Amino acid sequence: MTDLFTKVTPELKRRLRHERLFQWMGRSAIFIAIAFLLVMVGTIASMGVGALRQTHIELSVFLDPQELDTARLYDADYGRLVKKALRARFTEVKKRQDKRKLYNLISSQAEFTLRDLVVSRPSLIGQTVKVWFTASDDVDMLIKGNISSSTGNTQRRIDRRETRWINDLIAADQLESRFNSRFFWSGDSREPELAGILSAFAGSAFSLLVCFGLSFPVGIFAAIYLEEFAPKNRWSAFIEVNINNLAAVPSIVFGLLGLAVFLNTFGLPRSSPLVGGMVLALMTLPTIIIASRAALRAVPPSIREAALGIGASRIQTVFHHVAPLALPGMLTGAIVGMARALGETAPLLMIGMVAFVADVPNSIFEPATALPVQIFLWADSPERAFLEKTSAAIIVLLCFLVVMNLSAIILRRKFEKRY
Amino acid sequence: MLKITSSFMSLALGAGLLAAGATTANARDRITIVGSSTVFPFSTTVAERFGKSTKFKTPIVESTGSGGGLKLFCSGKGDQHPDITNASRRIKPSEVARCAKNGITDTIEVKIGYDGIVLANSRRSKLLNLTLKDLFLALARNVPDGNGKTKPNPYRTWKNINPTLPELKIEVMGPPPTSGTRDAFVELAMEGGCKSFPWIKALKKKDKKAYKALCHTIRSDGAYIEAGENDNLIVQKLEANPTAFGIFGFSYLDQNTDKIQGNTINGIEPGFEQISDGSYPVSRSLYFYVKKSRIGKVPGIEEFMAAFTNDKAWGEEGYLSDKGLIPMSEKERKEWAGRVKKLQKLAM
Repeated sequence: MTDLFTKVTPELKRRLRHERLFQWMGRSAIFIAIAFLLVMVGTIASMGVGALRQTHIELSVFLDPQELDTARLYDADYGRLVKKALRARFTEVKKRQDKRKLYNLISSQAEFTLRDLVVSRPSLIGQTVKVWFTASDDVDMLIKGNISSSTGNTQRRIDRRETRWINDLIAADQLESRFNSRFFWSGDSREPELAGILSAFAGSAFSLLVCFGLSFPVGIFAAIYLEEFAPKNRWSAFIEVNINNLAAVPSIVFGLLGLAVFLNTFGLPRSSPLVGGMVLALMTLPTIIIASRAALRAVPPSIREAALGIGASRIQTVFHHVAPLALPGMLTGAIVGMARALGETAPLLMIGMVAFVADVPNSIFEPATALPVQIFLWADSPERAFLEKTSAAIIVLLCFLVVMNLSAIILRRKFEKRY
Repeated sequence: MLKITSSFMSLALGAGLLAAGATTANARDRITIVGSSTVFPFSTTVAERFGKSTKFKTPIVESTGSGGGLKLFCSGKGDQHPDITNASRRIKPSEVARCAKNGITDTIEVKIGYDGIVLANSRRSKLLNLTLKDLFLALARNVPDGNGKTKPNPYRTWKNINPTLPELKIEVMGPPPTSGTRDAFVELAMEGGCKSFPWIKALKKKDKKAYKALCHTIRSDGAYIEAGENDNLIVQKLEANPTAFGIFGFSYLDQNTDKIQGNTINGIEPGFEQISDGSYPVSRSLYFYVKKSRIGKVPGIEEFMAAFTNDKAWGEEGYLSDKGLIPMSEKERKEWAGRVKKLQKLAM
C-alpha cells in the first residue's frame, strides 16, 4: 500500500496543480471581463450623468399689453419680449453683434415657454413676471466645465464678455442648475438643451410590442408543430436547416425584405413602429423557434406518455401538459430574441425609422424612431452638448435591456417546475 | 398551468391581430422629408420650429444621402413617397428623367445656402497655407511625373510637395466614398488641383474617362485614412493626433473652434464671408426639392417652404446660420424666395 501511495503522490500533486491553475485562469478571465464592463459602463455613466442636469436662467419679462393682442395670443411675437427682457437686464450692450451674442445665452425654446405661460394665464398681461428659461447649450457646457475657458478670446464659442454676463447672472442668483426632466419627457430636438429621449423610447416600446405580438405566437406554434406533430423526414430536416440558417442572416437583409414587401407591396406607412416591429419579428422568429423547440425537448417523455396513457389526445397532451411546462423556456427565448431586436438599427434604416422625429408617437402607425437610432443620430451631431445626451441615451437603452432580461429571469423562476 | 398558457396565448394573439389587422392607413397628415445628411441638421431645425410655432405636425426628416433621397423622391407621387428631398448638389438630368418617368414633372427647386468643406487640424499645431494643387498632389493615387505621364504618388511629407510647407507626414482623415462630402471634396478640391496642370486639362477633352480616373482617385497607401461618416470622431482624432488633418463640413469646424482650426486654401481661410461670396474654393450649394402636386394633399407644405425661405431662418442672422449654414447674398435670397412664392417649376 505505502508503495502505491508514494508512487501516486507526485502524480496527484501534478493533477491538483493543474486544477488550481485552471481555476485561477478561469477566475482571471472573469475578472478581466468584469473590469472591461466596469470601465465601459463607468465611462458612459460619467459622461452621461451631465445630461441629468440643465442650466436655467431667470429673467424679468414685461408682458407689454401693446405687443400682446388678446384675440391672437398664440401668434404674438414672444421672441421680441424675451429679447427686450435680455436687453433690459444687460443695458450696457449696444452693438448689433453683441446683442446677437446676448440673445444666444438663452435657448430658442424661450419664446414658446413664454407663449405657453401667457396663453394659459392671460391675466398676467401688463405685469412684469419673473420666468426661468432654459439656457442655451453653450452656456450649459460652460457651467458644466465641458468648454475650457483658458483658450484665447477668438477661439472660444463663449468669449470673455459672455463669461462676464454669465458670472453676473450667477452673482444675482439668476442662474441655476436643475434636474433635467425634459430629457425624459420630451421628444428629439436639434437643440441639445431641449432634446429628450421619450419619442425614441416610445418608438422602441411600440416596435417591441408589435414584434412580440407577431413573433411569439407564430414562433411557438411553429415550434410545437415541428417538435410534436411533424413527421421526421427529409422535409422537416430541410426546414430545420433553413430555420437555423435564418437565425444567422445579417439583420440588414430583413430590412431590405421589409422595404420590398411591407412598404412597397402592402403599402404600410413608412417610418412606423408597425413596420419596424414586423421586420424585427422576422428577425427574432428563428431565435424563438429554436429556443422553444429546445424547451419542448427538455420536457421529460414520461409526461407525454402518462397523458397519452390515461386517454388524452395528442393535442390535449401538448396543450394541457407539455406546453405549460415548456413555457418558461419559450418565454426566455422570446425575451432574449427581443433584447437583440431592441439594439438593432440596420433593418430600421431601410424602412425609414432612422429619422428626425420630434413628436412622441401615440400609436403604432405614427412615425417613430428607436433608441439605438437616436444614439446614432445624436453621436453624429456637431453640437458638443449632444455628447452627454448620447451617453445618457446609452444608459437608458442599457436599463431597458436590464429590465427585459430581469423579467425573463423572474418569469422563468415563477413558472419553472422542477422534477 | 393551462390558464397561464391560454392567457399568454390570447395576449400574444391579440397583439398579433392588432398589428396585422391594421393594413389600411389614413392619408398622411404630416410632411415627410428625405435626403442629404449635410442638409439634415438645417432641415430638422426648420422642421422642429415649424412644428412648434404652427398648428401643423412636425415633419419627419430622414437622412438618406442626396442620391438616395432623390431616388426615393422620384419613385412616385403617392402618400408612401416623400414630399420633399434635400440635396447637397443640384439634381442631375438623369434624376429629372427618372422623376418624369414616374409622373413627377412639377418639381420646385429651392436653393438654401452654401456649405464649405474644410481641411482642419488641431490648434496645437501650425496652420498650413495650401493650394488646391498641393491638396491634389498630397492625396491623389497617381500624380504627374513631369513628362506628361503619371506615376504612383511618391510624396510622404508635405515638404516633398512644396518646399514652403513643413516637414510633416501626410496624414489626412476624411469621409468614405459613400459620403456626399467626399464627392464634393473630390470634385471641388481634387479636380480643381488636378486641372491646374495644363496637359491634364487638355486630357479632359480627349479622354474623359482617363481624366476622371486621374483626378478623382484618392490614394490608398495609408496617407488618406477613411474615418467613417461620423465627423465628430474625426474631430476627436485630430485632438489626439496634432500632426494629422481632417476633412469635414464647415459646421463641425464652427462648433469646435476651441479645439481645431481650418487651414487656408489658395490663400483664403474658411469663414462665413469667404464661403458665402464664393472666394473659398471648396464650397457647394445646398438645395431642397418639393413636389408641387403634393401641395394641398399634405397640410403645411407651402407654409414649410415659406418658413425655410424666411430671413429669420436662412438670413445672415437667421437661426440656421447658428447651425453652420452659410447664407446666400441678399440679392440671391430675394430671387429664390420669389421663385418659391410663385411656386416656379424646376428648369434645367
